[in-house]
Amino acid sequence: MTTTTPAILEARGLTRQFGGVVALDNLDLTVNANEILGLIGPNGSGKTTFFNVITGIYQPNGGTVTFENADVTGASPQKMYHAGVSRTFQRSRLSLPLSLFDNIMIGNHKRLNQGLWFNLMRRQAFRDEFEKNYQAARALLEIFSPPLVRRMFEPVGTLPMIDRRRIEICRALISAPRLLLLDEPSAGMTHDETAALMNDILLVRDQNRNLTIVIVEHEMGVIERITNRCVVLNFGRKIADGPYRSVAADPLVQEAYLGASV
Amino acid sequence: MTEMNLSRAPSPASVPVPSSASLWPSIVALAFATAYLIALLAVEEQTLIIGLLTAAVVAVVAANYLGLFVPVGRSFAEHEGTFGLAAIVAAFALAAYFHEDHFVLLLVVTVILYIVATLGLNVQFGYTGILNFAGASFFGIGAYTSAVLNAHTAVPTLLVVLIGGLCAALIGSLLLLPVLRTRGHYAALVTIAFALLFKTFLEVNDVLGGPQGLQVGGMHIFGWSFNDNLSIGGIELSFYINYFLISMLLLVGAFVLVRRLERSWIGLNLDALRLDETAASCFGLNIARWKIVSFTLGNLLIGMAGALFGMVGSFIAPNNYTFADSLILVSILLLGGIGNAWGVIVATIIVVIVPEKLQTIQEYRFLIYAALVIAVLLFRPEGLLTRPVRRYFPGVRS
Repeated sequence: MTTTTPAILEARGLTRQFGGVVALDNLDLTVNANEILGLIGPNGSGKTTFFNVITGIYQPNGGTVTFENADVTGASPQKMYHAGVSRTFQRSRLSLPLSLFDNIMIGNHKRLNQGLWFNLMRRQAFRDEFEKNYQAARALLEIFSPPLVRRMFEPVGTLPMIDRRRIEICRALISAPRLLLLDEPSAGMTHDETAALMNDILLVRDQNRNLTIVIVEHEMGVIERITNRCVVLNFGRKIADGPYRSVAADPLVQEAYLGASV
Repeated sequence: MTEMNLSRAPSPASVPVPSSASLWPSIVALAFATAYLIALLAVEEQTLIIGLLTAAVVAVVAANYLGLFVPVGRSFAEHEGTFGLAAIVAAFALAAYFHEDHFVLLLVVTVILYIVATLGLNVQFGYTGILNFAGASFFGIGAYTSAVLNAHTAVPTLLVVLIGGLCAALIGSLLLLPVLRTRGHYAALVTIAFALLFKTFLEVNDVLGGPQGLQVGGMHIFGWSFNDNLSIGGIELSFYINYFLISMLLLVGAFVLVRRLERSWIGLNLDALRLDETAASCFGLNIARWKIVSFTLGNLLIGMAGALFGMVGSFIAPNNYTFADSLILVSILLLGGIGNAWGVIVATIIVVIVPEKLQTIQEYRFLIYAALVIAVLLFRPEGLLTRPVRRYFPGVRS
């Protein structure tokens, strides 16, 4: 796999402060089209903040963000979603009382007809659209967990944490995004569960080569296995960039993880 | 049925195939409930009423204990459309039984219009999470609209009902800015302030009758006056039968609308933004837009119910539209099951009829409401009928 493809997302000098804490410090980060990029670093190094700034939840204090050659600095979450950026959350943010299907459909917002007249009065047309999207959700769920298909109309709150993570990823994927941001998708999973989840993610990507993924993950075996390239953050700055093996061998990275050698 | 050809996928069904429960349990339950309601409304003696109410509580608890509600619930869930038609028939049977009785029919019409108003609140609070403590004010806007229009203009009264709703929606839009800028309790405070302002505004405004209020002209459709008693085939009917018919029409329309709303992508949007605005934003939901749609639609329903209610009662005064009345509407929603349109019907029947029949507790009405709401919040926080998971096309094999 090559990394000479053009950048899909480009952050230049990105800065975000919370009071006196500098969560992102003049960060330059490029995501190439169609790659899987691992974003790693110790706790509090700014990984999640980076996601939140990119998706418009936080406004940057400085710097620029370009997505597919368009300036999207400070764009709203809605705009980023419509542009083709989708994400999962570090702490699962599903709507627990709603069904699996409903939660997945929340992610499909831009592809559903939101007209008042259509929704209330044209029930037959609505039904056709419902049918189509049901099949789409079902196809996606078949990849991640076939047994869940039968539970499509049960509340997500009845599922164990692993399955909730899967639903969150389905919610992010259903709208066929260009860029998928995964924030610790395997948090709380066992080693085997994580491996299975990553296989599913790779399978989805094999079916859609136009999908670019940035993944935050603490399990380095996973990072090594699935990423093309890694960026290491520490204190909101990029300290290393390259294939996992070279990054892992970098003394700066080892110092960041293990503490400064005395 | 036509969708069958469409889905040639190995998947058997687009909607989980129901276990084909019988229609009868829910119909039998409905028949029991209707018969009971007729008995309760017919009885005058206080000790008998207390006996009936106690019997109802015991019967419900016992039926619940014996698991009798399980088949009823399943049958209802799969045959909701048929059940709805049966419920309309039941309402007509009840009205027919009391066709001469002004008092009971007025009570029934009150229940119907309160249900419509609470359905509006349900859209706002149940689905979207906007707590509106000015329900009675928007109801009042509708009623004052019909008082003014019927007195000074020749606008057809049917249209007046719609205009009453539009006025409520329009005046409600004054609250949009503060409601959109605040969340949760703070938005609720904004509506409380509005409710208090509204009553004061009515009291100091002589054009609107001041504290004494206004007369409201009755309804006319094509020269048919709703305030005249009817006689069909030698049977005398109370003039409230007219209002019963038109109120039922409004209720069925509002109910179908609210149910369709819930079972659409819009209903999903409203739930999504109530449960997690940040996540909803990340999936493209325009939070402000859907809050506006929900708040406006809710007020439209409340205002239409109020406009019709003004004509039914033929007299309105600021004291009918106080903050306390708004609280009653909210308590109906809490009691019935937040977000459950059927629960709203059950709860409204209880909250409107029980105090009216139990004259001895009239003084302690609010005490009873308060105790009821606290009991519900403590023991059944989701209300009497909990809201089931959304099924877009219930009971349908495809």
